[in-house]
Amino acid sequence: MKNCLVVDDSKVIRKVARHILESLDLSVTEAVDGQDALIQCEAAAPDVVLLDWNMPVMSGMEFLRALETAKVTARPKIIFCTTENGISHIKAAVDAGADEYVMKPFDRETLESKLSIVGVI
Amino acid sequence: MPSYESSPQGGARIFSALLASRTGQILSESRAWRMETALKPVMRAYGVSGIDELAAKLLANRDSGLEDAVINALLNNESSFFRDLQIFDMLNRQILPSIYANRKDRVLRIWSAGCSTGQEAYSLAIQFRNDMARWRGWHIEILATDISTAAIDQARSGIFTQMDVQRGLSVGDLIKWFEPVGDDWHASPELRRMIEFRTDNLFEPRAPSGEYDLLLCRNVLLYFTPERRQDVLRLLARHSHQQSVLLLGAGETVIGHSEDFTPHPEFRGSYGRRPVVTDPAEETVRRAG
Repeated sequence: MKNCLVVDDSKVIRKVARHILESLDLSVTEAVDGQDALIQCEAAAPDVVLLDWNMPVMSGMEFLRALETAKVTARPKIIFCTTENGISHIKAAVDAGADEYVMKPFDRETLESKLSIVGVI
Repeated sequence: MPSYESSPQGGARIFSALLASRTGQILSESRAWRMETALKPVMRAYGVSGIDELAAKLLANRDSGLEDAVINALLNNESSFFRDLQIFDMLNRQILPSIYANRKDRVLRIWSAGCSTGQEAYSLAIQFRNDMARWRGWHIEILATDISTAAIDQARSGIFTQMDVQRGLSVGDLIKWFEPVGDDWHASPELRRMIEFRTDNLFEPRAPSGEYDLLLCRNVLLYFTPERRQDVLRLLARHSHQQSVLLLGAGETVIGHSEDFTPHPEFRGSYGRRPVVTDPAEETVRRAG
């Protein structure tokens, strides 16, 4: 079973995402910010990271840059999942190495589609 | 039409009959169940509070505007970009390269029949645009038809909601081929120029002309009776040639519905024209004049 790390400082978002991801036969782990996510990725790299942009301690973009030099066994696919819906943010995320981008609010179909595009499901 | 007064289900029956007569579509149980929800915007627009009252208004006035609004509301316009990724993968890896190799006049004609709000046609246009180096010098026509005027208007506008562009479309293609317009996204002129959108009825077709190399009629046949499916497949056959490829939706088939098409020998899940077998006796008579 493939694993998705959900990185979001909102407990509600993590819960909703977990519910959808588990229904898509993925195992789910959670992180509350970028730093927490980085530690978890170094311990055991997930197949995919669902990544919020604005978080305390370490933002999604800071996490993405830190991941470049982190000691991870395999680079996970990165799907940004954020309320930053402007084209400049989307381009910046892709330039920084994000594989996909989900504009909140999201639903099951959107997540399923993006996970399929990155080849996780 | 059944009497509106005679049954509490009268409104639903009237609208089902209207849909069948105008479009040939039959309402499945699941679609009939959500008829009231689908018609709510129409009820609001016409100031009525229930489905039976709306039916009564329709019968009393024979208002073609109201009829069109009801039909548009009842048609299922669900669609998404690159729906069934494996189909587009097969198109990209097998079907289009085969057409490229065989079509010496460099003309490629595609018909997306029952295109809904246009995502399938735009997905095809994106595929060609992303592979423009190969197709340079080709004349590519994409005809996209649907019976719903509302769906075709939306398709032609090229404007899609945030939710629409997140279903099937990669972020790379979003950035490359769409521009943000408020909360929505607008397909680029390069894409829109490639597609001719037409409102058209598969049972009284006016839009298709001549033969198409690739015909897509996905998730359309499932709404029709077996007899109507045969009619649609006969129409598609009339607009195809011996090398044409037909793509249907998952769960749809030509088997038992068409004498003209048969599972394609090379492209799994697609259909081609049944090979023409010449009867030797007929051939002798023909040659003898």
